[in-house]
Amino acid sequence: MDLAHREVAVDKEHDAAGRRTGRSGRGGLGGWARGGWGSWVRLGLMAGPVAFFAVFFGYPVAAIVGRGLREGGQWQLGRIGQVLSDPDILQVLWFTLWQAAASTALTLALALPGAYVFARFDFPGKRLLRAVVTVPFVLPTVVVGSAFLALAGRGGVLDAWWGVRLDTSVWAILLAHVFFNYAVVVRTVGGLWSQLDPRQEEAARVLGAGRLAAWRRVTLPALAPSVAAAALIVFLFTFTSFGVIQVLGGPRYATLEVEIYRQTATLLDLPTAAVLTLVQFAAVAALLAVHAWSLRKRETALSLVPAEHTARRPSGAGQWALLCSVLGVMVLLTVAPLLVLMVRAFDGPEGWGLAFFRALGAQQQDSATFVVAPVEAIGNSLAYAAVATAIALVVGGLAAAALTRRAGRLVRGLDALLMLPLGTSAVTVGFGFLVALDEPPLDLRSSWILVPLAQALVGVPFVIRTMLPVLRAVDVRLREAAAVLGASPLRAWGEVDFPLVRRALLVAAGFAFTVSLGEFGATVFIARPDTPTLPVAVARMLGRAGESNYGQAMALSTILMLVCAGVLLALERVRTDGQGEL
Amino acid sequence: MNTHARRAAAATTAVLTLALLATACGGSGGSGDSKSVTLVTHDSFAVSKSVLKDFEKRSGYKVHVLRGGDAGAAVNQAVLNKGNPQGDVFFGVDNTLLSRPLDQGVFTSYKAKGLDKVPQRLQADPDKHRVTPVDSGDVCVNYDRKWFADKKLDPPRTLEDLTEPRYKNLLVTEDAANSSPGLAFLLASVAESGEKGWQGYWKKLRRNGVEVAGSWEQAYYDRFTGSREGKGKGDKPLVVSYASSPPAEVMGVKNPPKEAPTGVAKGTCFQQTEYAGLLSGAKNPKGGKALLDFLLSKRFQEDLPLKMFVNPAREDARLPELFTKYGETVDKPATVPPEKIAEHREQWIKTWTSLTVK
Amino acid sequence: MLRLDGVTVRFGERTALEAVDLEVAEHETVCVLGPSGSGKSTLLRVVAGLQQADAGRVLLSGRDQSGVPPHRRGVGLMFQDHQLFPQRDVAGNVAFGPRMHGMNRAETERRVAELLELVGLPGAGRRAVTALSGGEQQRVALARALAPEPKLLMLDEPLGQLDRGLRERLVVELRALFRRLGTTVLAVTHDHGEAFALADRVVVMEGGRIAQTGTPLEVWQRPASPFVARFLGFDNITAATVHGDTAVTGWGKLTVPQGTPQGSILLLVRPGGVLLRTPGEGLRCTVEARTFRGGDASTVTVLLRPHQGPPLEAACTLRDAPEEGAEVGAVFDPCEVVALEGEDADGPVQRPAGPAQRPADRVPSR
Repeated sequence: MDLAHREVAVDKEHDAAGRRTGRSGRGGLGGWARGGWGSWVRLGLMAGPVAFFAVFFGYPVAAIVGRGLREGGQWQLGRIGQVLSDPDILQVLWFTLWQAAASTALTLALALPGAYVFARFDFPGKRLLRAVVTVPFVLPTVVVGSAFLALAGRGGVLDAWWGVRLDTSVWAILLAHVFFNYAVVVRTVGGLWSQLDPRQEEAARVLGAGRLAAWRRVTLPALAPSVAAAALIVFLFTFTSFGVIQVLGGPRYATLEVEIYRQTATLLDLPTAAVLTLVQFAAVAALLAVHAWSLRKRETALSLVPAEHTARRPSGAGQWALLCSVLGVMVLLTVAPLLVLMVRAFDGPEGWGLAFFRALGAQQQDSATFVVAPVEAIGNSLAYAAVATAIALVVGGLAAAALTRRAGRLVRGLDALLMLPLGTSAVTVGFGFLVALDEPPLDLRSSWILVPLAQALVGVPFVIRTMLPVLRAVDVRLREAAAVLGASPLRAWGEVDFPLVRRALLVAAGFAFTVSLGEFGATVFIARPDTPTLPVAVARMLGRAGESNYGQAMALSTILMLVCAGVLLALERVRTDGQGEL
Repeated sequence: MNTHARRAAAATTAVLTLALLATACGGSGGSGDSKSVTLVTHDSFAVSKSVLKDFEKRSGYKVHVLRGGDAGAAVNQAVLNKGNPQGDVFFGVDNTLLSRPLDQGVFTSYKAKGLDKVPQRLQADPDKHRVTPVDSGDVCVNYDRKWFADKKLDPPRTLEDLTEPRYKNLLVTEDAANSSPGLAFLLASVAESGEKGWQGYWKKLRRNGVEVAGSWEQAYYDRFTGSREGKGKGDKPLVVSYASSPPAEVMGVKNPPKEAPTGVAKGTCFQQTEYAGLLSGAKNPKGGKALLDFLLSKRFQEDLPLKMFVNPAREDARLPELFTKYGETVDKPATVPPEKIAEHREQWIKTWTSLTVK
Repeated sequence: MLRLDGVTVRFGERTALEAVDLEVAEHETVCVLGPSGSGKSTLLRVVAGLQQADAGRVLLSGRDQSGVPPHRRGVGLMFQDHQLFPQRDVAGNVAFGPRMHGMNRAETERRVAELLELVGLPGAGRRAVTALSGGEQQRVALARALAPEPKLLMLDEPLGQLDRGLRERLVVELRALFRRLGTTVLAVTHDHGEAFALADRVVVMEGGRIAQTGTPLEVWQRPASPFVARFLGFDNITAATVHGDTAVTGWGKLTVPQGTPQGSILLLVRPGGVLLRTPGEGLRCTVEARTFRGGDASTVTVLLRPHQGPPLEAACTLRDAPEEGAEVGAVFDPCEVVALEGEDADGPVQRPAGPAQRPADRVPSR
């Protein structure tokens, strides 16, 4: 099917339409017709997500910050200067910044060849590999840290083969970040790359450009915005890195997020935590602003073709060598830690087997001796993830529908605003819930719903990012055709957009589900009913001595990994656009 | 004409309303009525289902358990919510964290039944009984028996031993700023060498090649030769861990060995005692009191060693075989008064960090 | 039926429609003709309610439509590239309108069958729209637009994407169909052949303004302005000074029809009015190129380079066409000479300088 072609044609058309109607959009309530009617509907659609974020994000975060910075009804803004001139804090800031920059650079350097290989080559097991590479991204950081130690730590694979140990240096953090974010680059850049028309480069070659020059002049400029977007996302994730630093950072290295956690959860120094939260907010907001800007640039019309047509089997020794070396790095970086993790799950006290998995099952019985019933945790995780997915789909879906028309600065601002939870410390949100949602009718502190709500906060940006490009690719004139045939805007959405985005919705659901499944930070800081999730159970087990615990933690991680991989693999089949932004 | 549109709108509204209703109901379900009692605690809390069921049946209260992250986070959440608590009883504040909630008035007095069976040294608030000791565990240096046997070297016994040249480069501990056993080990040195002397001790330790890992997981599983994953791969036969780690190493093994593969250097221990208390402003204080009694009951006390890998606070509680056979009793663990810890902790950690890391 | 009163639409600096007045009577087929960018699509969008007018009113059956959203206007619009719903089959597309208007299932099915029959695609209901040829898609789009029985049917370049043969056949079919159904039609196109074949009345647009309205014959015979003339393919335009029935032009003196305005004006000579003679007769020219046009009359367009004045186009039959490079004489048939109003903005015509020039922004009379 010639979908991509059509989408691009549509995009250009869309651009024209955007320009055509841009005036009425900015002009506000200048009149009816298309602009006026639609903007009321959009405002209505937006109300839900905005209320959701106000109540479950804005208000709690404001409350905990207020707790820290207000004393006797007065804002103690002097604290900001005090905290920011503390040399220890400055060091944390500096480390946060440079490790994020270094991680981003390293991720790009290692993952861009991967993106290229995925985009331009066909090889057996490509889909599976693409799903597997994404698994670390949705795994809880505890598991990632542990998996990474298994690879690059003492006695890890690298140590055994080459005597390379990275667990005590900052390299461990950087490489773990690469491991984590490899998929972001491969998916964001690779998705676009695979749809770039190779004939453009061929045209440049025919016009006399060398191979490198053609790439530099034709492909690179087309890719640049998506590379920038991927870099920003990676920067955002590494800037706010928490779990990886906790496990691998040692006493020497702390990011802003870790420091916020320490100030809040350990020291209860709320003023300092509040200042740091604000600093992180400012940084993240700035990043998101740049991200939004680069996204807009990315939407310039490109010559895109269906991905299936651009990838070929490698031919010639050179291409095979390239493919193999890139895949080698990929396997070493992302697959090997996961494999090591699985190996340990199956390497029981009596040799290979399912001993640890059986032990997980045995925990159900009362006579058994451990903290959480792991099988129950699986059930809890699935249930929470399902509820969180539902919330994220409703909120994110409404927001995406409202944001479909890129009109007005306000709408773009909202777009960025809904991304903010990705860059906010889980401790801040968790403690915020605690101090904000403590009065009826919103005394949710002890409600189970807090967990899926917190997970949904993280899931919503993924839903929006997945849905928005597809929704925007739907030709406006299809909607107009429906309108002229008598369909109200809402009905036109249901009749025209919805069938076209159903698949994207499914993909978004899958993403929200896996992200919720692996969500650890927010879950762990919310006082929640006695229903531990998989990542929490893994963390509990890892926190105990003994072979059995360790093995079971690995077994549980393996289950989590397989569930995530399964969902992602299913998404690979559904995935149509390849142009998702995350 | 717009039936479909209306249906879609109705569906959306319904979903949102349902969600809100669910939240509201969930919110009120936690506590409040006199038939249920809510225990606020940390992630490590565990109890056998049958034991809890038993209590529910006997007392007539339904028990809700709320967890709020690690011990530090859970305690601080309780502090933030003082006066309007999430539940009735809090369990899981240890002596290193006790000062703040006591000062802030998070707990209210109640003398639990069975307190007379708890040794005096565990009681932190013997006059007012705002908190009740429930369990204690010791943070000690663990050693790898096989490693020391192979090297024909006696394992260290005291903190002072660790500074001897024959134990050079053998010990790994954890970051005191982020890890609870790491902090406990630091406090052990404070108790041993005094508020002034501990820095000198750490200078010596550092000269003797102590290594600091970022987390307990990293130290124990990755560096320690005595743990499963460290076996043959780890490089440190000494690690700061728990007195209950040796029994844990044996647990779940099909053919249990005669003794645990690891041992405990008894002169290096710091005692962590966990307390529970009735929360001020509890909605069901009566139920809370019953729950506190339960936490100190023999039934619960005998259940907790294998659930949380700590020692019961009651002297008359029977230890499971795993503990008696593979565990070691620490006679005189070090302690530091909670108020001292609260006063100096920040400064100690800062100094410690500069001594060991920078 | 439809009336536009001074409708103006601006996109920032650009004016897409400038004070357009237009009326379409019941059962009438009106074709808006103009080059791309002349505002004709915008005109349809304003009527459909997809575009809001900055000034002026749109009235349907006498009722002001401002504030009425598209789905309540009861007009039909057939889009330029059809915009069939890709996820629905043919019947699903046609049934969309009736469904939106709450027609019950049985009735809808009957209507769909009836319409598919009408557009010559009986039994195609279950086919996927993506599998249809361009012509078939066009028919489905038409059926879909007709299905809710709009009071006014609007067609945006209805035949634009079709190949020539199909287009010519469909024009005839459409015209017959609209006659039969009594539909009121407002169509836009850039192809004057299509417009002339389809319409009762033609409206020529230039830069957002109406340049001329009239029956196809009127417009063809008497283009009102150089713009209209050039748009219809007539390039023999020259400045002239008229005295009585004689005009002085770059090509020399020629006879003009009676009633031609006096003084400095622009004159058009239709190619058919340039008659080729032997070199000695009339204006001496060299044949620069000849283009065979085909058609029943085997027409050939001959481009002449006169010894004086601008290039000249002549039409003749293949039999009479001179060879390239040949010398011929050209005489002008007064019946094919038309006086134009307004200024020729882009023509290659040298215009005699003088006070007789008209202001550029003058609205041409209709």
